[in-house]
Amino acid sequence: MDKFRMIFQFLQSNQESFMNGICGIMALASAQMYSAFDFNCPCLPHYNLAYGLGILLVPPFILFLLGFVLNNNVSMLAEEWRRPRGQRGKDPAVLRYMFCSMAQRAMIAPVVWISVTLLDGKCITCAFCTSVPVETLGNGSHAGLSQGEMKRVLARIPCKEIYDGQQLIANEVAVRYLRCISQALGWCFVLLMTTLAFLVRSLRPCFTQAAFLKSRYWSHYIDIERKLFDETCAEHARSFAKVCIQQFFEGMSTDLAATRCHPPSKAPADAGEAAEKLLGITDQGTMNTALKSWHRCKPPLHLHLPALHSSNGWAGEQQPPMHPPVPRREMAAYYSGV
Amino acid sequence: MDRFRMIFQYFQSNSESVMNGICGLLALASVKMYTCFDFSCPCLLRYNMAYGLGIMFVPPVALFLCGLILNRQSLVMLEEWRRPQGHRKKDLAVIRYMCSSIMQRAMVAPVVWIIVTLLDGKCLICAFSGSVDPEKFVGFANASPVQVQQLLAKVPCKDDDLMRNNTSRKAVSRYLRCWSQALGWSILLILIVAAFLARWLRPCFNQATLLQARHWSNYIDMEQKIFEETCCEHSRLFAHKCILHFFESMRQEFKLHSFSMPGEGEGAEGEEYLLQGITDQDRVNKLLKMWYYEKPPLDVSQV
Repeated sequence: MDKFRMIFQFLQSNQESFMNGICGIMALASAQMYSAFDFNCPCLPHYNLAYGLGILLVPPFILFLLGFVLNNNVSMLAEEWRRPRGQRGKDPAVLRYMFCSMAQRAMIAPVVWISVTLLDGKCITCAFCTSVPVETLGNGSHAGLSQGEMKRVLARIPCKEIYDGQQLIANEVAVRYLRCISQALGWCFVLLMTTLAFLVRSLRPCFTQAAFLKSRYWSHYIDIERKLFDETCAEHARSFAKVCIQQFFEGMSTDLAATRCHPPSKAPADAGEAAEKLLGITDQGTMNTALKSWHRCKPPLHLHLPALHSSNGWAGEQQPPMHPPVPRREMAAYYSGV
Repeated sequence: MDRFRMIFQYFQSNSESVMNGICGLLALASVKMYTCFDFSCPCLLRYNMAYGLGIMFVPPVALFLCGLILNRQSLVMLEEWRRPQGHRKKDLAVIRYMCSSIMQRAMVAPVVWIIVTLLDGKCLICAFSGSVDPEKFVGFANASPVQVQQLLAKVPCKDDDLMRNNTSRKAVSRYLRCWSQALGWSILLILIVAAFLARWLRPCFNQATLLQARHWSNYIDMEQKIFEETCCEHSRLFAHKCILHFFESMRQEFKLHSFSMPGEGEGAEGEEYLLQGITDQDRVNKLLKMWYYEKPPLDVSQV
C-alpha cells in the first residue's frame, strides 16, 4: 500500500517526465503504424491525388480524435462544462486550460504521422507525379503525346514495374525530384511544429503565470474531487449492500422461525464469530428458502438502521472524534505540465 | 519500500541526472533518425545545394528546440526570470547559470546530428558536387561547361544511367567525402578540446560564485517541485473534506425533512458511518442529483 503511495507520489511530482513518456510512446506508436502500413499507389491519373492526400490527411484526423477519446479527462471536461451552476461558480479559464492540455497531447500522434509520411516521400510521389515538370526534367516534346496520354504515363511513375515513359522522363529522376520536395516539406513542417511548441511553452511564464497556476490547481482539484466522490459512493454502496443483505438474512430467519413456531436457534454465547455469521440460518431447508426468496423477491432498497444505545447526542458535540476509517486510497491525477 | 524511497529521493534531489538522461536519449534519437532517414539527393542543378545544406542544418534547429522543450529547467528558469520581485531578490548569476546549463544540454543532439552527417558524407557530396573544379578529374575535363555542371550534379546518384560505371564520379565522390569526414573529425576534436578546457579551467575562475549559483538553481528547482507536490496534497485533502461535508449536509437535510427516523445513532463504526441518514434508494438518488445540479461551494471552513 505504501509502495503504491510512493509510486503515485513519485509520478505526480515527476509528472513532467511521465507526460513526456506518454507523448513519446504515442509518437512511436504512430511511426510504427506508418511503417506497418502497406502503401499501394493506384497509378491511375485521378486516383493518385485522392489516395496520396487521403493517406496523408485522413489517418491524422482519426488519430487526433482517438487522442481525445482515449483521454480520461474528456468526460471530466464535458461534465464541468455542462453542469448547472448551483452554488459553485464556473471558471472558463479552467475549462480552457483543460481543453488546451488535452488538445496538445492529442496533436502529437497526428503530427508524427504527417512528418513521417512527408519524410518518407511515398505519399507526395503518388499524389503529385502527374504534375512533374516534364519540360525541365525530361523530354517534353518527345513522342508528341496528348495531355491525357502524358498524364496516364506520368501517373505510373510510382509503379516502377509498369512504367513505360522512360523516354519521356526517367523514372529515377522524377522519383528523386518528388521525394526531395516531399522531404523538404517534411522538415519544414517538423521545424514549424517544434517552433510553435517552443513558443507556446516559453511564452506562458512571461505572460500568464499566475492565472496558469490557478487554472492548474483547480483543474487538478476537479479531477481529484470526481475520483474521490466516486470512491466515496462506492464505499457507501458497499456498506448499503452489506447492511441490506444482512437485514434480508435476519428478516428471513425471523420469518421462517415465526411460521414454524420454532424460536430462531440462538448460537450459544461461547460459540464465537462463525456461529454469529450464520445469521440464524442453520439448515438446508432454510437456506434453500432464503436463496429462492432472494431470486424471486429482492428486498426493497430501504435500510432500517437499529437505534444504538450509545450516547445519542449530536447536538452540542463536536465532530465525532473518529474519521471515517475507510482506507484512503491515493488518487493520482495527472494533469498537463505544459 | 526503502528502495522506492531511495529511488524517489535520488530523482528528486538529482534533477540534473534526469536532464542528462534526457539529453543522452535525444542524442541517440538523433543518430537513429539519421540512419532511418532515406537520404535521396535530387541530382539536379539548383536543388542539390539547397537539399544538402537543408538536411544538414534544419533538423539540428528542430532538435535544439526539442531539447529546450523537453528540459524542465527551461520553464523554471523562465519563471524565475519573469517573476515579480516581491520579497525575494532576483539573482542574475543564478539565471545565467541555469541558462547556460540548459543551452549546453540542448546543443548536444544538434551537434551529434551535424557530426554524424559530416562523417557519413552524403550531405556534403550532394551539396557541393556541382562546385568541384572539373579540371581535376579526367572524365569531366573535356566536356562543355553546361554539360559538366549537369554531370557533376548527378555525381551523388550512383544508380543514374549516365553515372553507373563512371570512374570520375567515384573520384569526385571520394574527394568530397574525404573533405566531409575531415571536417567532421575536426569539429569533433575542437568541441571535445573546448569541453575539456572548460571543465578543467572552470575551478580557476569564480568557483565560489559558481557554487552559489548551482546551489540556488537546484534550490529553485526543488522548491517548485515541492510546491506542486504540496498543492496536489492540499487539493486531495480539500476534496476529501468537501465531499464529507456534502454527505453530512445531505444527512442533515434528510433529518430535517422527515420526522420519523428510526433512531440513527452516530456511534456506528466503519462502513456504517457513511450510511447515516442515507439509507434508501430515494435518498441516494437525491444525493446524486444534488451532486450534479448543485455542487457544494468550495468552502470547507465550517467543517
